[in-house]
Order: sequence, then structure tokens, then C-alpha cells
Amino acid sequence: MLDLVLRISLLIIAVSTILYLYRLIKGPSVPDRVIALDAIGINLIGITAIISVMLRTNAFLEVILLLGILTFIGTVAFAKFLEKGEIIENDRNRHR
Amino acid sequence: MTAIVIAKFITGYFVLQGALLSLVAAYGVVRLPDAYTRNHAASKSATLGVISILLGVFFYFWLIEGHMNARIILGIIFVFMTAPVAGHLIMRAAYNTKVPLWEKSVQDDLEADRKKEGVKG
Repeated sequence: MLDLVLRISLLIIAVSTILYLYRLIKGPSVPDRVIALDAIGINLIGITAIISVMLRTNAFLEVILLLGILTFIGTVAFAKFLEKGEIIENDRNRHR
Repeated sequence: MTAIVIAKFITGYFVLQGALLSLVAAYGVVRLPDAYTRNHAASKSATLGVISILLGVFFYFWLIEGHMNARIILGIIFVFMTAPVAGHLIMRAAYNTKVPLWEKSVQDDLEADRKKEGVKG
């Protein structure tokens, strides 16, 4: 019974990832695509958690933390690139 | 025996709730009209969905397998802290790069303030 619920949840998350993929391809502006990628990364955390319950192992729980951190860093870097034109500024006297 | 059944019920409930919230978020991202409302759907609902899934997985490993995982709790706290911040940053970048609002929007306080102070952009 729990396995059936887990399979149904995995299917629902796969469908929602496909919907995000539609927004990632079609999205009219760049921030639309970035938030779609961010949400796909967050969905991937949930997929990893459900898979680790289905396989009855706790070896994949570091992957959850790692995906969360990498998604956040990627989104912050992309936001800074959109806003300022570069990600790591090296001229300290520029002040925009 | 009964305790294990109750633990499985709790796990299944939280995981299914999280999956349905994730589906609602994706439907909102597809259907809503502009980037800001799409971000509203994605950053709130997807965050709560994945927190709910992780809570169900935490209860599974705690009540059935019998060991508490601090890593899942840390993942919940981390997603709860960083996902809205990421949404805020990307939408600020979108506003500053002049991504248009929905044409039926009626209020833009930041643009009015910027016009009053004479700041361009």
C-alpha cells in the first residue's frame, strides 16, 4: 500500500516536472526560465527522497542537501548576472 | 504491528500531499500570466511541497527503519530558508531588467516611487 502511494507520488512529481519543462522551453523572458530551473531542482530533491524510501536505503540523503545548495547557488548567480552583468566583480572602486 | 501501519499512513499522507502541492505549483507556473505571479506560485507552493515530502521521508526513517536522520531535518531547514530568498533575488533582477508586468496590473508602487525621486530605471 505504501509502495503504491509512493509510485503515485513519483508519477505526480514527474508530471509537474514536465510542466516546468514546458515553461523552461517556452518562457518568454529569462527570469521565467530561471524560476522553472529552480523549481525543477526543488522537484529533484523530492524525487530523490521518494526514491530513497522506495529503495529502503539512507545512502542518498546527502544528495538532498547537495541539490538544495547547488540550486540556491545557481539561482543567486544567475540573478546577479542578470542584474549587474557579471557574477564576481573585481573592481572595488566602480560602485555600479 | 499497528504502530507500523500508522507510521506508513503518516508517511504516505505527507508524501502524497507534497506531490499534489508540487503539481499545483507546476500548474500555476504554466497558467499564470506574467513572471511575477509565476514566481509567486513556484516559490511558495513548490517549497511547501518539497518540505512536506521530506517530512514524510523523515517520519518513515524515524518510525519504521528506526534511526533519526538529522540530514533530512537540515535539508528541510535549508530549503525553507533559501527557496524564498532565491525567488526574491530573481524577481528583483527581473524588475530591474524591465520584465513587463501583466497588462491588467493596477498597482506598481516601486515605479511610482522611482519616478517621484527621479531615479531612472
